[in-house]
Amino acid sequence: MASDTKDPNRRDFLVVAGNTFAAIGAASLIWPFIAQMNPDAGALALSSIEVDLSPIKEGQAITAMWRGKPVFIRYRTAEEIEAAKKVALDDLADPIARNENLKDPASAPATDQNRTIEGHEKWLILIGICTHLGCIPEGQKISDARGDFGGYFCPCHGSHYDTAGRIRKGPAPRNLDVPVITFITDTKIKIG
Amino acid sequence: MSKQAIAIFAALLGLIGCLTVLKSSDAYAAGGEAIHIERHPWSFAGFFGQYDKPQLRRGWQVYQDVCASCHGLKRLSFRNLAEPGGPEFPVESVKALAKNWDNKIFAGPNEDGEIVDEDGELLVRDPLLSDPILGPYANDNAARSANNGALPPDLSLITKARGIPTHAIWYKHVAIMARDIVNGYQEGGADYVYALLTGYKDAPEGVQLSEGMSYNVAFPGHQIAMAQPIPEGGAVEYQKNAGAKTSLHQNAEDVTAFLAWAADPSLDARKNLGWLVMLYLLITTVLLYLGKRVIWSRVKH
Amino acid sequence: MADHSSTYEPKSATAKWWDERLPIMRLLSDQMITFPTPKNINYLWTFGGILTVFLLLQLVTGIILAMHYQPSAAEAFNSVDNIMRNVNYGWLIRNMHAVGASMFFIAVYIHIFRGLYYGSYKAPREILWILGMLIFLAMMAAGFMGYALVWGQMSFWGVTVITNLFSSLDGIIPGLGTAIVEWLWGGYSVSGTTLNRFFSLHYLVPFVIVGLVVLHIWALHMTGQNNPTGVEPKTEADTVPMHPYATSKDLFAMFAFFLMFAWFVFFLPDYLGHPDNYNPANPLVTPPHIVPEWYFLPFYAILRAIPDKLGGVIMMFGAIAVLFFIPWLDRSRIRSARYRPIYKWFFWLLVISCLALGYLGAMPAEEPYITWARIFTAYYFAHFLIVMPIVGVLEKPKPLPASISDAVEGGKSSSGASAHKKN
Repeated sequence: MASDTKDPNRRDFLVVAGNTFAAIGAASLIWPFIAQMNPDAGALALSSIEVDLSPIKEGQAITAMWRGKPVFIRYRTAEEIEAAKKVALDDLADPIARNENLKDPASAPATDQNRTIEGHEKWLILIGICTHLGCIPEGQKISDARGDFGGYFCPCHGSHYDTAGRIRKGPAPRNLDVPVITFITDTKIKIG
Repeated sequence: MSKQAIAIFAALLGLIGCLTVLKSSDAYAAGGEAIHIERHPWSFAGFFGQYDKPQLRRGWQVYQDVCASCHGLKRLSFRNLAEPGGPEFPVESVKALAKNWDNKIFAGPNEDGEIVDEDGELLVRDPLLSDPILGPYANDNAARSANNGALPPDLSLITKARGIPTHAIWYKHVAIMARDIVNGYQEGGADYVYALLTGYKDAPEGVQLSEGMSYNVAFPGHQIAMAQPIPEGGAVEYQKNAGAKTSLHQNAEDVTAFLAWAADPSLDARKNLGWLVMLYLLITTVLLYLGKRVIWSRVKH
Repeated sequence: MADHSSTYEPKSATAKWWDERLPIMRLLSDQMITFPTPKNINYLWTFGGILTVFLLLQLVTGIILAMHYQPSAAEAFNSVDNIMRNVNYGWLIRNMHAVGASMFFIAVYIHIFRGLYYGSYKAPREILWILGMLIFLAMMAAGFMGYALVWGQMSFWGVTVITNLFSSLDGIIPGLGTAIVEWLWGGYSVSGTTLNRFFSLHYLVPFVIVGLVVLHIWALHMTGQNNPTGVEPKTEADTVPMHPYATSKDLFAMFAFFLMFAWFVFFLPDYLGHPDNYNPANPLVTPPHIVPEWYFLPFYAILRAIPDKLGGVIMMFGAIAVLFFIPWLDRSRIRSARYRPIYKWFFWLLVISCLALGYLGAMPAEEPYITWARIFTAYYFAHFLIVMPIVGVLEKPKPLPASISDAVEGGKSSSGASAHKKN
């Protein structure tokens, strides 16, 4: 029986195996170093919020905070709903609904119906962050500019959204996102 | 090389001369449309400008009597009012001022862990020299709720946090930039605050003001939630030896100068040291240039 | 010329003792004192030294500021204000650091355009050029994160807009961009967590820059410096020892530059910043007009010139990436634009384009600015991708001088040599 040191193949194998194991260990250690930067447990904790809609009158809007993001809640007027319904799907820059509450949010068409919660179409509830580069669009306050399509206008790079929060003009790639919403009663919602 | 250096130097001097002489009344604009904001001849403008102490004292009086009912000055402490470079009030009178300041300092929790007294009021104490100059509202929400949704900003940094954006055709824009650099123009914020305080007018025909709003020519969008703080005849009674008579423009100028000091209290020291440093650098640069010439005269280059 | 043989002679027993163990004096003598420098280099060659000094100045002032700064969302803005008001000479050190960053970029842009004009990127200086570009990238990272630390409105919204650029990757693989952005933020929006990691990295990056600068200088001393003729030194008559020649010139230029630096530090400390950054960060209010620091404006203009989000991001990063390939994009045999009658004009067109893009980046995103930004963006890329390869082949260069000495002695009065001294 040959000793280890005299068998070159076996020695090579051990050296290669040892080095490989060392390399795997070093490479594995990188993952915790990278993953630590992801949102931590505190940030991940899915804090959902409840919002009372009863004080909002027709044509008014409020902003709620959810996960550090503003959520726009608007009680739309009949004209605003009518204007949003009239738009042909072909005129939309982003024809996808972007509504987390639908069964197939990635493919449902962005009709006015699909941008809201079934049975509560007068409420437009959106994450108020421009899908271009994360600014907060104007349009919540009465004195705000609301853009060429009467919805929201992002002052940073000039994106115009319509009365269903759909992108119509400007550099933003997507419609404003609709968060997960549950209507607890007709005037009370849970976001998240 | 040296001839060229002299030529460049002369050209630079000429340019600086032209820019300094240029009249400082180009069209400036704040917000979207062109709003004309005049440049005011501040005592603290330019390279030699320093704060005018009597003016700072008058300005404090205007702040105290007019602004302090809504606006805080929380980044300043009472001690700053007595320190060199500012209004330089006597320490004893600042102590008394602090003691009588309406907006007290939160003093809880006490030994029993309570943060409110028997009546449910927050435990407070009188401010000391080292305490901040607080406004009347405990937090932003309280301020908004008391002011119809509008937030009266803290004024500690207001003249640094505002400016006059230049809206001019590009070649004029470049000329204005160059002139401002040469002139050391840093008073855009003060110019804006002064223009705002003196900019209340009746709304022109066709402009519909929202409820509770006032019309102001300097404010972006022209509708401002703050009602005219200083009336036409002035808001405060200056003492006889204060160095000026009260009027809207005098009050506005004084309080703006005071706020400029509040935002930039090291200005006097900064400019004084600045001139020494510039002088040292100039002499050293000339000496180094002459030394470099001697060294390079040994080779053809 | 660069690998000149060592001329260092230890003069004392101690010096000899050291030289046998750690020849650091030999290194300094060979590389900093006797190192042969082309004798015709002009003042544009002094910016390397100026940049080194500013790097050290930023390190020193930065370390001091870190002693007083608090990297938390609640206290960051207050601690900066405290430095300005209460820390002894805090206003001076903070102004030096903030203005110093701008001066650093002014100097680096002059340094880069000097390299472009005189063809300092061409063989055998490709690695030298690429190291320089890596330094430029690291500087941009440091500048961006440093501006964030103030935690004013512009800090906050600048970080929001720039980190959101990565979300455009959702257009390639859905979810990838969002995952990267949330990884960068450590949350679902820019927050104190983001600020804290930026502080950590802002402290780290300058030391990375120091490492890159050491490599940059090492590479420079392998090939030796380029010079305005672009003709390599041939004999000893073409060069002078670095000390006292280049050093005396560098020192003079450095102090002249300090004059401008001091002007801003003492008389215009806020000129290069934005008033909005004296408002504390507010995640619920976007400033009406977000602009980055001036030194990013040309790239910001390119980003906004493209109507498509992913396209804009690609073009913006492409504008930096293309600089890395210049050594191979330029097909000309001649280094210096001084002897390239056609390319010279295109060079100035590039300078104008970059200045114009800088101006347009500060303007609102509306017409006519967007159209102009598109025109200058088009030229920016055309310069590197079309002009550089083609003009290099088509153009008939002016005759090169036989040597640097020839250029200095014969060319002093000729148009070629003197026309560019004022650069």
